[in-house]
Amino acid sequence: MFRWITISLLTITVIGLGAFGYKEHQEKTAVLLQAENSYQRAFHELTSDVDTLHDKIGATLAMNSRKQLSPQLAEIWRITSEASSDVGQLPLTLLPFNKTEQFLYDIGDFAYNTAIRDLDDEPLTEKEVAGLEELYKQSGDIRNELRKVQNVVLKDNLRWMDVELALATKDETADNTIINGFKTVEKSMDGFQQTNMETGMSSSPEKQDFSHLGGEKISEKEAINIAKEWFGDVDDSKFTVTQSGKGADVPTVTASYNEDGKNGYMDMSRQGGYPFMIMINRDIKEAEIGLSEAASKAESYVDKLNLDNMQLVESSQYDKVGVFRFVYVKDDIRYYPNSVQVKVALDNGGLLGLEAIEYFSHPDDNVNKEPGMSETEAKEMVNPGLEIQDNHLAVIEDEGGEPTLCFEFLTTKGDETYRIFINADNGNEEKVETMRTSEQKFDA
Amino acid sequence: MVLRKITMASLLFALLILPVPNMEDQGTAHAFSDQVIQHGAVGQDVIELQARLKHLGFYSKKVDGVFGWSTYWAVRNFQYEFGMEIDGLVGQQVKNKLVKASKGYEQALPKNEGSNDQSAPSEPTAVNVPGGYSQNDIKLMANAVYGEARGEPYEGQVAVAAVILNRLESATFPNSISGVIFEPLAFTAVADGQIWLTPNDKAEEAVLDAINGWDPSGNATYYFNPNTATSSWIWSRPQIKRIGKHIFCK
Repeated sequence: MFRWITISLLTITVIGLGAFGYKEHQEKTAVLLQAENSYQRAFHELTSDVDTLHDKIGATLAMNSRKQLSPQLAEIWRITSEASSDVGQLPLTLLPFNKTEQFLYDIGDFAYNTAIRDLDDEPLTEKEVAGLEELYKQSGDIRNELRKVQNVVLKDNLRWMDVELALATKDETADNTIINGFKTVEKSMDGFQQTNMETGMSSSPEKQDFSHLGGEKISEKEAINIAKEWFGDVDDSKFTVTQSGKGADVPTVTASYNEDGKNGYMDMSRQGGYPFMIMINRDIKEAEIGLSEAASKAESYVDKLNLDNMQLVESSQYDKVGVFRFVYVKDDIRYYPNSVQVKVALDNGGLLGLEAIEYFSHPDDNVNKEPGMSETEAKEMVNPGLEIQDNHLAVIEDEGGEPTLCFEFLTTKGDETYRIFINADNGNEEKVETMRTSEQKFDA
Repeated sequence: MVLRKITMASLLFALLILPVPNMEDQGTAHAFSDQVIQHGAVGQDVIELQARLKHLGFYSKKVDGVFGWSTYWAVRNFQYEFGMEIDGLVGQQVKNKLVKASKGYEQALPKNEGSNDQSAPSEPTAVNVPGGYSQNDIKLMANAVYGEARGEPYEGQVAVAAVILNRLESATFPNSISGVIFEPLAFTAVADGQIWLTPNDKAEEAVLDAINGWDPSGNATYYFNPNTATSSWIWSRPQIKRIGKHIFCK
């Protein structure tokens, strides 16, 4: 009797486990399949986008009428943006695929800038046509490589999940067809980058110039002394001093410490020990002082940098801290690229952070300081539907990263505030911003 | 048994009526503190300021307790109308003028309790958000930072947040915060689900600092933990610096 009960119980358990296992397996397969399908979709869309891209670039080369060219270039711009989005959905992050992404971005950038240009006034230059021909060739090569990969994927039923696994685990990735295919695409981009640079189609990296900062190379001991000026009385032995590596834009020395729940971090230039960045992290108690009092504290910290003519242009309160932005002002011109940010605790007004690298990386000398038009003339360039509330002269960086003298207008329309920069030389609208700094709390 | 029932019932009853007396206290009108109120401030003072300016017709938006641009222009217009120096700062002089001018404001308060339009909230209903990022963007980034670098020193967390922002700027990465974070295999915390842990305040503060411009990574777009890094390619990138366990590179 007892034996029978045991046997039947065991049988039920085994069958139950089997059924459970099978169901789990089925569910797992379904989930994997879904992930696989979304990879497949991104991949096939990428190949088809590159295909269309190649055709469209080819067509622009044959076009003569300006009326046709602008919409065509706009279309190219749209397709590159879709292709980049497809790349972003593929598990390629651990694979060197940068150059191809850069290539897509460059085409998009070029197409956009040309599409919005008045081609009747400024037709394509010979250099640009040569550049387009080059792009046509490059996109053709990429298309062929991708088609090859696609062919193998379809023929051999290759799965992207395997690529992900191969990339994520330490496995040697040498024998994976998909990975190899993409590596070939990337390799074929090597030679093209140079030509893109020459035709002015590749975006230039952000300009930072530290050459005007002089000074001797500082020692570890000096670095600690500079840090102590900001952190107060911290024992020398508590500091860790490290040097930046080869990839840094400018060589820096970092001094940091951690003591009694307080964490201090400071970056300074290796030459001359200019303070680039300070961060202090600690528990902040209830706010005792207002934003305005904190602003005057912030000012005293900026004074400590020994920078002249710094003016507070922006202040914001985030819970128990205040963040303030100062810009360099000379002859009533605001130099927005030369900014310093300060973070102050509202419990005791102590310094929590300082960021001056922006200030030091932009020497202000090479800017035209005389506006080519009067303020009234510039005002006429502003949309007449806006009410001008306030204005300044200001230097900002234009889209190419060049410092440009502008009239800055703070304007309102209804409840919105807009900031408009009008180029002081030619009256172009350089930049229009909607000033939105706060958002409703959704969980209140 | 009966006794127990009675006790239970009275306890429940007591619980029900207890909160009632508290509710009546909240109606009291608060006055200004002695701090100067300026652009960017958040709090009771700003609510008071906005409510009074609204009562006088200088301010037309919702009373939300955040001194934004609309409040700034309202203050300047008020200063202009009353012949004061136009600087957008609310000091004692402005407060006195404002309280005097909006005398009817206190009397008007209780009557309008029902209408959403005039009644002032007791706490700010909005927050400052930096650089056009929404609270939810910040939350998502804080999740990623916490999942990726919760054991790291504070600057290491700010650096991870800065890398996300640097990728946003870069041509070779997606153009949205969610695109960068959810790019397949980009972050291990996304792949293994650690991104869905609840982040602490420190992670959120680190994200805010990064958005406000602090970048201890030195413009890095990649970082890796040399002890667990699986890709040999990552070692070929130019290294900027090491913070905690992570090496940051271009």
